[in-house]
Amino acid sequence: MTEHVLSHDPSTVGEVAGIRAREHRRHKAGIMLRYLMLAAVGLLMLYPLIWLIGASFKTNSEIFANPGFWPENPTLDGYIKGWQTSTPYSFGTFFLNTLWIVIPKVIGTAISCTAVAYGFARFEFPFKKLLFASLIATLLLPNVVTRIPQYLLFRDLGWLDSFLPLWVPSAFAGDAFFVFMLVQFLRAIPRDMEEAARVDGATTWQTMIFIVVPLLMPALISVCLFQFMWTMNDFLGPLIYISSVDKYPVSLALKLSIDTTEAFEWNRVLAMSVLALTPALAVFFLAQKYFIDGISSGGIKG
Amino acid sequence: MSGDSRFLGLFYLSPYIIGLLIFTAVPFVASLYLSFTNYNLMDEPIFIGLANYVKLFTNDRTFRKSLWVTLVYVFTTVPLKLAFALFMAVIFNYKLKFINVFRTAYYVPSILGGSIAIAVLWRYIFADVGLVNMGLNLLGFESVNWFGDPTNALFTITLLRLWQFGSAMVIFLAALQSIDRTLYEAASIDGAGKWTSFIYITLPLITPVIFFNLIMQMVQAFQEFNGPYIITQGGPLKSTYLLPIYIYDEAFKRFDMGYASAIAWVLFVIIMALTLIAFWSSRHWVYYAGDKRS
Repeated sequence: MTEHVLSHDPSTVGEVAGIRAREHRRHKAGIMLRYLMLAAVGLLMLYPLIWLIGASFKTNSEIFANPGFWPENPTLDGYIKGWQTSTPYSFGTFFLNTLWIVIPKVIGTAISCTAVAYGFARFEFPFKKLLFASLIATLLLPNVVTRIPQYLLFRDLGWLDSFLPLWVPSAFAGDAFFVFMLVQFLRAIPRDMEEAARVDGATTWQTMIFIVVPLLMPALISVCLFQFMWTMNDFLGPLIYISSVDKYPVSLALKLSIDTTEAFEWNRVLAMSVLALTPALAVFFLAQKYFIDGISSGGIKG
Repeated sequence: MSGDSRFLGLFYLSPYIIGLLIFTAVPFVASLYLSFTNYNLMDEPIFIGLANYVKLFTNDRTFRKSLWVTLVYVFTTVPLKLAFALFMAVIFNYKLKFINVFRTAYYVPSILGGSIAIAVLWRYIFADVGLVNMGLNLLGFESVNWFGDPTNALFTITLLRLWQFGSAMVIFLAALQSIDRTLYEAASIDGAGKWTSFIYITLPLITPVIFFNLIMQMVQAFQEFNGPYIITQGGPLKSTYLLPIYIYDEAFKRFDMGYASAIAWVLFVIIMALTLIAFWSSRHWVYYAGDKRS
């Protein structure tokens, strides 16, 4: 074959050039096809969201008559009246409640999962294998089995209709996913710096806070962001534990608004849906790197 | 770090160990016990042996319907979602400009999909005169009765989950990108086409990720609640009445905690059995790089 090329046979050179050109054209066509598919599927997927934003500014009669994005008679009616709700509380209360559920939960998750992951990744101790196996088992254990006894436990503790059932399990590293993700991340970090710190007389506690936590930061940010998203989206937890409307998070308030509203006040429901999605979308776009890295390295559910 | 750290590790693990006992292990055992009782929250639980299970399997048409719908939902949704996620990941796995923009756009539904706001949106776009039917009419098709027909109603719930294929796709994409390019070059010198390379190189190398996605998606799909609860309320004719909704209704609407626990345990056993089958079968089809066994 090499001899063949070296012989500079004019017909072969021409053939090779022809094949090259054809391959190049095919390659270009392939790229165009890929772009077309990506754009078409992407538009199809995102159009419901785009439509939602447009529809939230439409009048009620237009929502089910106009499949386009632009409202013919733009109005803020949906936002103003939807915000007030049919309850004595406004969506301001519901957003604050959501925040008040999310923030302590994220903090508790970050602290407890870091400590536990540090323990798993850096120490030898009795029953380590068994405990790590239990972590994997919890990862796969469907929540549906433990939900009823957990409810009874929180009832006996007098925690019903408070945020405690939503906060406390996470503060005890209850989300095995995050522990697992942090352990995987820590295992990939060399221990040199920690050992140096220990030689210099730092306690393990100091080592964790001053050496491990900064190194762990990218993974820790992913954990916080995912916990933020999932808690924002959580519906079943509040549905079971929160009964007074003044403690409702946004997810329950939205469900309430489709039940009670205002059966024909569609734009109010859509406008509040847009607002409910905004924090999650904003955080996602600001920190998308952490989401994508988190999901592709730690292998997180979604 | 040795000697004094023998129990130090357990100290760092203490939140996890306490949480595991209180919020997982004890409730796990308690729910098995409750499933053998009659418990209405007011009186003490009364032990009734297997009566709940006997009733479930011999005298509960709702349960049979709900179980069937759940299995249909899981066995259509999970394979479709994984196949589509893999297909799109293959299209993505190419040096294209703006690839990150597309990837971000595709990932958005996975971030938002579980929320109530999206479930509410689904109600609107699949309504009789909603966005989907308006679109169908524009293309010259008849409107479809999405929520009135049992098959279509379940399909809208399936679509909600398919719509969130982005997270599975990102995991597939990471796996595809880690495959050594030289393998493909070697194969193409040996005359292998694209399809052959995909079947004999790509697929075997990403089996660990397929396995991971399969288990995760399955466990989640069996626990789907928000979609059917908000979008179709389990109807029409209980065609979207998935087991988690049935459990919720029995436990928190009818306060029949014992019966609800029994249903939860049936669901748990099904999920566990399928997970174990997947793990057991994985030795025949999952290939781990560096593993001498395969």
